[in-house]
Amino acid sequence: MLKIQYFASLRETLGAHNEELVLPAQVANVEQLATHLSSSRAGQWAILEDASRVLIAVNQTIVERSHPLHGSEEIAFFPPMTGG
Amino acid sequence: MISVQSADFDVAQLYSALRDEATNAGGIACFTGLVREFYEADQQGTAPAVQSLFLEHYPGMTEKALADIVAEAEQRWDVLASQVVHRIGKLHAGEQIVFVGVASTHRGDAFAAAEFIMDYLKTRAPFWKKQQAGDSSEWIESRASDEAARARWEKAP
Repeated sequence: MLKIQYFASLRETLGAHNEELVLPAQVANVEQLATHLSSSRAGQWAILEDASRVLIAVNQTIVERSHPLHGSEEIAFFPPMTGG
Repeated sequence: MISVQSADFDVAQLYSALRDEATNAGGIACFTGLVREFYEADQQGTAPAVQSLFLEHYPGMTEKALADIVAEAEQRWDVLASQVVHRIGKLHAGEQIVFVGVASTHRGDAFAAAEFIMDYLKTRAPFWKKQQAGDSSEWIESRASDEAARARWEKAP
């Protein structure tokens, strides 16, 4: 199972906090997961495909969208950070 | 030491901890970040004053990201001891939000490492600010100037 979390403005935009998802058959990397979620869900989910507005972490490390997925990762989608 | 906490912090205590840990330090650089009263539209002066901020973070990744940033600073400069504290939850204008302190043999390394840690913390540690102003609350947008401040460290020191 993928464990997926959404943070900050993205969580509010999508109305999604966290979920578990079986890795879809055609999804092999982070980019394809974002595309899968975007194309299979109504509403604002297309925002996940915008790499300038949505960052992605796998197992708590920010990754490029080409990062491979095997099916048991912790994944997080979030906007650019604004700490400090 | 790295701490992510809702409670306020005492700069004197953090400074003492740095002095105690780095017994042969030649200098300690300390930075404290405060919650400003104005954020996004402040240049125009038209935005209502910020009453409070809410700091959200990604528990687990936050601590890991901060540890990675400090480890990188330790590799690049002579860091004898460091203290990083970041607050989360609801904070009011004027409150302390972040502390970075670095003890080093010489001031140049202390200043550089502290500034490096702050610049990376702002853009690479998973914190997000939501501001409350008047009757509305909105998420603060990331700033290109913060990313530019971080990017300049990508060259060798």
